[in-house]
Amino acid sequence: MEIVVASAVGVLTAGGVYLMLRLRAFPVILGMAFLSYAVNIFLFSTGRIAIDAPPILNNYADVPYTDPLPQALVLTAIVISFGMTAVLVMIALGAFLEAAHDRIDMTGEPDEEDAAGTEREG
Amino acid sequence: MSHWIIAPVVLPALLAPLIAFVMRHDMLLARTASIAGTVALLVISIGLTGAALDGTVHVYRLGDWPAPFGIVLVLDRLSAMMVLVTAILALIALVHAVASGWDARGWHFHALFQFQLMGICGAFLTGDVFNLFVFFEVLLIASYGLMIHSGGKVRLRAGLQYVVMNLAGSTLFLFAVGTLYAVTGTLNIADLAVKVQEIPAEDAALLRVAAMLLMIVFAIKAALFPVQFWLPNTYANAPAPVAALFAIMTKVGAYAILRVHTVVFGPHVESLEGLPGDWLFPAAVVTVAVGAVGVLGARRLMPMLSFAVVGSMGTLMLAISAFTPDSALAALYYMLHSTFAAAALFLFADLLLSRRASGDLLHAAPQTIQNGLFAAIFFAAAIGMAGMPPLSGFLGKLLVLDALRDPAEIGWAWAAVLAGSLMTIVGFARAGSALFWKSTAIPDLDIAPGGAAAPLAPEVTPAGPLNVAPVMVAIALLALLSVAAGPVSSYLEATAGQLHDSSDYVDAVLHAPENETSKMETMGHGDDQDDGHGDETDEAGDDEHGDAEGAAAEEEAHDGAAGEGH
Repeated sequence: MEIVVASAVGVLTAGGVYLMLRLRAFPVILGMAFLSYAVNIFLFSTGRIAIDAPPILNNYADVPYTDPLPQALVLTAIVISFGMTAVLVMIALGAFLEAAHDRIDMTGEPDEEDAAGTEREG
Repeated sequence: MSHWIIAPVVLPALLAPLIAFVMRHDMLLARTASIAGTVALLVISIGLTGAALDGTVHVYRLGDWPAPFGIVLVLDRLSAMMVLVTAILALIALVHAVASGWDARGWHFHALFQFQLMGICGAFLTGDVFNLFVFFEVLLIASYGLMIHSGGKVRLRAGLQYVVMNLAGSTLFLFAVGTLYAVTGTLNIADLAVKVQEIPAEDAALLRVAAMLLMIVFAIKAALFPVQFWLPNTYANAPAPVAALFAIMTKVGAYAILRVHTVVFGPHVESLEGLPGDWLFPAAVVTVAVGAVGVLGARRLMPMLSFAVVGSMGTLMLAISAFTPDSALAALYYMLHSTFAAAALFLFADLLLSRRASGDLLHAAPQTIQNGLFAAIFFAAAIGMAGMPPLSGFLGKLLVLDALRDPAEIGWAWAAVLAGSLMTIVGFARAGSALFWKSTAIPDLDIAPGGAAAPLAPEVTPAGPLNVAPVMVAIALLALLSVAAGPVSSYLEATAGQLHDSSDYVDAVLHAPENETSKMETMGHGDDQDDGHGDETDEAGDDEHGDAEGAAAEEEAHDGAAGEGH
């Protein structure tokens, strides 16, 4: 089980980082999604991996339980990363429609940078 | 415990949706509400600073759950001061936004502004690492909206970069938080401070990983080398009032390092071997250099100011990296100074650039109207940023230099700060002479060397008193910091002392007052696995008054939950 979880986190992170380094909007968004999956699984496993154990203490019997806090953390992280992905998609779409390409980096366009000043007034 | 502690979070949180949904078509109403809310925030934060003045640590337990299990907000001298600075800066930026009409150039400026304030105040007040993450996200998501406010091709693309960078940072934050939780089993800052000290040797390596991951995350926010590259593009392309407000955002990163890496991972923790300071110091030196070279090399005004911010963050981090009470005092003073200096510069830049035909190119161009006034403002703000007397930058840098007397670092630190200041002065002097001095030699309606100049646009209007007031207030605050350096630094000295002697903080958070501890007893306290503190003290008196007080505390818990409003 540990090996599955660990390799899932590793593979997702590696894929996410690779996609982010592509510096095009769509791969970067996918990369961010991969990274957030990786971090969700990672957070889930920070309470130690216990199989078939409920995240509830039992007062009456000594049954195994798993740490409920990471599950709450994961829930928060999922909600936030979902919202953030939506925002990212919207901004990427806006930038794509304005600039007519989806490159993330801003180097190598001196003419455009020179136009920035005149656009500022608009 | 006073409910006012949560007011800086709740007030903007309630106001923002109200502005977004109820007042979206009425700009006057939205402006009034937003300014009134920010003034109220300022009043509240003055009150909170007054409450923190005597050095007590006020703890607000949400839902009245005892500390390591529930969420806490902590008000001490440091967080009170940061909330106060936020409120002052927000008011300055907001008045500028209203006066210059920036807020009407896109949708939802005021709602996003309030959400941003909520996130910043929350980040300063929280006593829990995971909630620090949540408030970081709140302030970031609002800042994404503010960053691309009023749109435009370059701004949207710069905004996209900024979003991607910060999303990556947030992911890293979660990895850091997860690692920290896996090692210590808690995320409460006070609880962490206790647990980290007694960490077993075999977990020390993981702890170091967590500490350094957190430092990288905060360094991204604080624009520290090697993760500073997002800042120049972002600040240079953000709307001016937003860039001014962002001056506090880099300080959120600095504050987080100061808080977490002093209280939790401070120099007293043996298993860390002083790792945070060892890495922070060289990074800060390089950051100062990057900022100075950037100021000198910039061909445009906005990037130049952005690099000046990078340089000032480097100086600030140099002071923080020593992790002594003296250096914390210097860092805090410089933090106050650089926040207002950066805000003044960005607001000034907006005043100038909206009236200048050739944009922000640092070339001589036909002079703008009110050339003398703008030159004077730039002169004052640049003196503040570069660290020349009589404004507070000079005192701030002096304090930083004074705090860094360790023979191992004095050479690098002093060289970086002094050479960095010199290069900043040269850069600003050159920019000032190009913008204001040389332009007087060019007759109006001439063509500038950049070729971008044209006859002045017809809508150029002189800056009225309301336009200039925010900049003037920011510069006046720099002068005030300098004049009132004595009282300010004695407050900061107490703040730094409180920060470094974290026992008060830990006691206040973990050891609830007597009437609240009984609740801890009633809530299945027998089965907390990893909880080795605080319980011994109240165990003895538990049996006698357990029942009666338990009921009373239950009632109190209800009051607390109802009173806090969500």
